[in-house]
Amino acid sequence: MSSAKDVLLDPLFNKNPIGLQILGICSALAVTSKLETVVVMALAVTFVIAGSNVSVSLLRQQIPGSIRIIVEITIIATLVIIVDQFLKAYAFGISKQLSVFVGLIITNCIVLGRAEAFAMKNPPGLSFLDGIGNGLGYSLVLLIVAFFRELFGAGKLLGFTILSTTNEGGWYLPNGLMLLPPSAFFIIGLLIWALRTWRTEQVEEEG
Amino acid sequence: MSRDSTTRVLSVAFLLCLVCSILVSAAAVGLSERQERNKIEEKRKNILQAAGLYDAGQSVEAQFSKIQPRIVDLQTGLFSAEIDPASFDSRAAAREPATRYLIPAERDLAAIKSRSRYMEAYLVMADGQLQQLILPVYGKGLWSTMYGFIALADDFSTVNGFAFYEHGETPGLGGEIDNSSWKKQWPGKKIYDDSGTLRIDVLKGMVDRDSADAIYQADGLAGATLTARGVGNLLKYWLGEDGYKPFLSRLKTEGVKP
Repeated sequence: MSSAKDVLLDPLFNKNPIGLQILGICSALAVTSKLETVVVMALAVTFVIAGSNVSVSLLRQQIPGSIRIIVEITIIATLVIIVDQFLKAYAFGISKQLSVFVGLIITNCIVLGRAEAFAMKNPPGLSFLDGIGNGLGYSLVLLIVAFFRELFGAGKLLGFTILSTTNEGGWYLPNGLMLLPPSAFFIIGLLIWALRTWRTEQVEEEG
Repeated sequence: MSRDSTTRVLSVAFLLCLVCSILVSAAAVGLSERQERNKIEEKRKNILQAAGLYDAGQSVEAQFSKIQPRIVDLQTGLFSAEIDPASFDSRAAAREPATRYLIPAERDLAAIKSRSRYMEAYLVMADGQLQQLILPVYGKGLWSTMYGFIALADDFSTVNGFAFYEHGETPGLGGEIDNSSWKKQWPGKKIYDDSGTLRIDVLKGMVDRDSADAIYQADGLAGATLTARGVGNLLKYWLGEDGYKPFLSRLKTEGVKP
C-alpha cells in the first residue's frame, strides 16, 4: 500500500497522466490557447476525478464486475453534467469558450483510468487523494502549455498584455501557430522530452 | 446473493440511474433560471456593444432600458405587433416552416439558405427621437456562421458600430473579426450612396484612403480572405432588397412612429 503523500504527489512528476501515460491529450490541445479557460477546465477536471474516484471507491464492494465500466461512466457523466450546469449559471463567458470541451470531460481517459485502475481497489480517502493528485498533474501540464501559447500567440497572460502586439500598435508579431491546436502538441512533446531527460526511469525500453 | 447475479446487476443499475438522474435534473432545474438570465444578458450586452453604448461599470439591465426591441416583418418593412420581442427567437423561426423564408439560391449571398420572415430591430431612443437602429445580421464565413449586430445612425446608412458575438472562425486569422482595431474602421462607413444604391463592401487587402469609394469600403483581413468575403456578403444580403432595405426605406420616408 502506497503512502497518502505518494498517492497525492506522484501524479505531478513521477506518474504524470499526460507526461507518462499520455492520457487526456484531446482537451490539452483544445482548451489551452488561453490561461483563463485552462484554470476553469483544470478545476472542473480535478473536481470530476476526485468526485468520481470517491463515489466509485465507496461503491466498489457493490458494483458487479460485469457492468463496472458502465457504472463508472454513469457516475462520471453525472458529475460532468452538474459541473457544466454550474458553469453555465455562474461562469457563463468561460463556459461559452469551453463549449463542448466541458461535456467531453466524460471521455477524458484520465477520469475513467483512475476510477478503474485506482478507485476500484482502494478506500475512499486514498482514492480522493489520488483524484486530486491526478487532477493537479493534468492541471500542471495544461497551465504550462497555456502559458506559452497565450504569451507567444497573443502576447497576453490571463488577458493582460505582456508583449504588445503589432495589431495593437506594439512591437511583437504574434505567432499565429501558437493559437492553433498543433502547437500544443509541440509543447507537450517538448515537456515530455524535458521530463524524461530529468527522470530517466520514465523512458520506455526499446523493444 | 452473489455480486454478479442478474438481480444484483439490475438493482445496482436501476438505483444508480435513479440517483444520477435525480442529481442531474436537480442541477438543471435549479440553475435554469440563472442560465436563462445569463443568455439574455449576453445578447443585450452584444447589442449595447454594437451600438457603442456598453459600459462595463453599469448593469446591463439598466443600460438596456434605453433600448426598445421591436419585431419587423422584412417583406413589408412594417413593425409587427403580433410577436412579443422578449420571447422571439429568430434562429428557431428560420427553421420553422410556418415562419421561415427560403432564400432563392441566386440571392443567398449570406449562404444561410433560409431566414425568419420576422427579425428583431433594436431602437435607441432619446426624447422620442430615434438615435440609432441596431439590426442583427448573420452569414457564413469560412467555417462557421457568424452572428453579429450592426448599429446604424438615424440616416439609416451610416454605420455606428459593427461586431460579431458568435462565430467559429480560425483564431488569429478569421477570428480577427473580433480585433478591436479592425472593428474600429466601421463607424462612419456608409451602406448606401445618395441614390440609395447598396455600396458597402469588404475588400481583399487595404482600402485606398484617397479613393472616392473609401467611405463604402472596409479593409479585408490578412490571411482570412474567405472570412472577410463572408462578412461583406452577409452585409450585402441583410442590407439589400431581400433583407432590411424595405424596412430602412420606409423608416427614412415615414420616420419612426411609436
